[in-house]
Amino acid sequence: MASFGNAFSSSIGKKLIMGITGLFLISFLVVHCFINALIIVNDGGLTFNMGAHFMGTNWIIRAMEVVLFAGLLAHIVQGFRLVFQNRAARPERYAVNNGSANSKWYSRSMGLLGTLLLIFLIVHVSKFWVMSRFTGIPTVDANGNHDLFAVMVETFKDPLLVLLYVLAMVSLAYHLLHGFSSAFQTLGWNHKKYTPLIKGFGFWFSIIIPLLFALMPIVMYLGCIK
Amino acid sequence: MSTGNMNLTLKIWRQKNNKAKGGLVDYKISEVSPDMSFLEMFDVLNEDLVAKGEEPVVFDHDCREGICGACSMFIDGRPHGPKEGITTCQLHMRSFNDGDTIVVEPWRAKAFPVIKDLMVDRTAFDRIIASGGFISVNTGNAQDANNLPIPKVQADSAFEAAACIGCGACVATCKNASAMLFVSAKVSQLAQLPQGQPERYRRVQSMVAQMDAEGFGNCTNTGACEAECPKGISLENIARMNRDFYSAKFVSEESI
Repeated sequence: MASFGNAFSSSIGKKLIMGITGLFLISFLVVHCFINALIIVNDGGLTFNMGAHFMGTNWIIRAMEVVLFAGLLAHIVQGFRLVFQNRAARPERYAVNNGSANSKWYSRSMGLLGTLLLIFLIVHVSKFWVMSRFTGIPTVDANGNHDLFAVMVETFKDPLLVLLYVLAMVSLAYHLLHGFSSAFQTLGWNHKKYTPLIKGFGFWFSIIIPLLFALMPIVMYLGCIK
Repeated sequence: MSTGNMNLTLKIWRQKNNKAKGGLVDYKISEVSPDMSFLEMFDVLNEDLVAKGEEPVVFDHDCREGICGACSMFIDGRPHGPKEGITTCQLHMRSFNDGDTIVVEPWRAKAFPVIKDLMVDRTAFDRIIASGGFISVNTGNAQDANNLPIPKVQADSAFEAAACIGCGACVATCKNASAMLFVSAKVSQLAQLPQGQPERYRRVQSMVAQMDAEGFGNCTNTGACEAECPKGISLENIARMNRDFYSAKFVSEESI
């Protein structure tokens, strides 16, 4: 890596890592959302469990899972480093700072939103991922697949957990509202022809994906999908 | 907007020197004309202070016509005050109302240490320029103006970047005290012209390295700098600098 000089340790390089891992995590959201949306078939989870079985057994997916955790870890570690470095760049705070006059609150709160998402992820991974990979899912469905759907139904009987999931998706929406277009700016992709498209697509992506995710625990809690 | 003379309360940051602990001090000022500039109001205040035998407030100023980049006050939470596209010297008291309380602080950044009161040390910017923000030319007669054809769009874009006066409002308002808008303007004004090409990739690497060494924060694309810049320097310059930086680091064989 020596030949790349300080490419990744410089301030621009650090942001490059945030941008690339951010876009990678965004691509993961699409896959995750699609698989989860299979519950909409409303067949007692048979289709969803098939999707979960595929995700759990396909070797390409399993390999990407490792990449995913690496990307996530890089995004989290680098994010915290940036927060602390940026705080240190202004040791004495302003008595009065009218930030809302020149920027959106969520663009100034990426560290906070990201931390909320991290807390959610710890709960989420320990509820579902640890069980499906390590401790094992207790029951199987009519097709003989592990019944992850039943675990979901059981989990989302708890209104507090449903609330946590919905609040986390609100955080995700705001995190993406800044992060999506910001990643392209960091990559140097700012152009009169493309930037309006990126911003427009990013806006709707940031609303629709978290909304779909948030709806899932809600409809299961209300018993619309069972 | 006020038309008659105003009575104001100023809360001004007073700090004896770089080592001393500073604080906001209240000053009452009366009969302020709405036609005064913000700095003229400070001149009046300082004359009062001198007459009373007190220490006048130290602040940076030079041309007072918005082109030198010397003035640097953080007024009511915004660099250069509440108006868009102007520096503090061009801000007039008619932008305030009778009875207002106005808080005035210096630029705050680790890389811009306070010298005294509202005056900060911005030589970090000079060192960034010295690290590569120039072109090397031979002395002798200037060549014919049309020797080097430059597309109009490119000339305009370079000129817009060159409008940066280096006041540091971008650093002052950035939540990370990042200097990316300033550095990107200085990189962009040369990167888009033929005269800037020979040193283009060396320049961007040197200037970014110097920027990091000075202790400025990392850009998080909040866009506050662009919104507060008195010269309307665009975020497109930051994207251009990022592209040049990646080209230099990952493609170019020249390194610093």
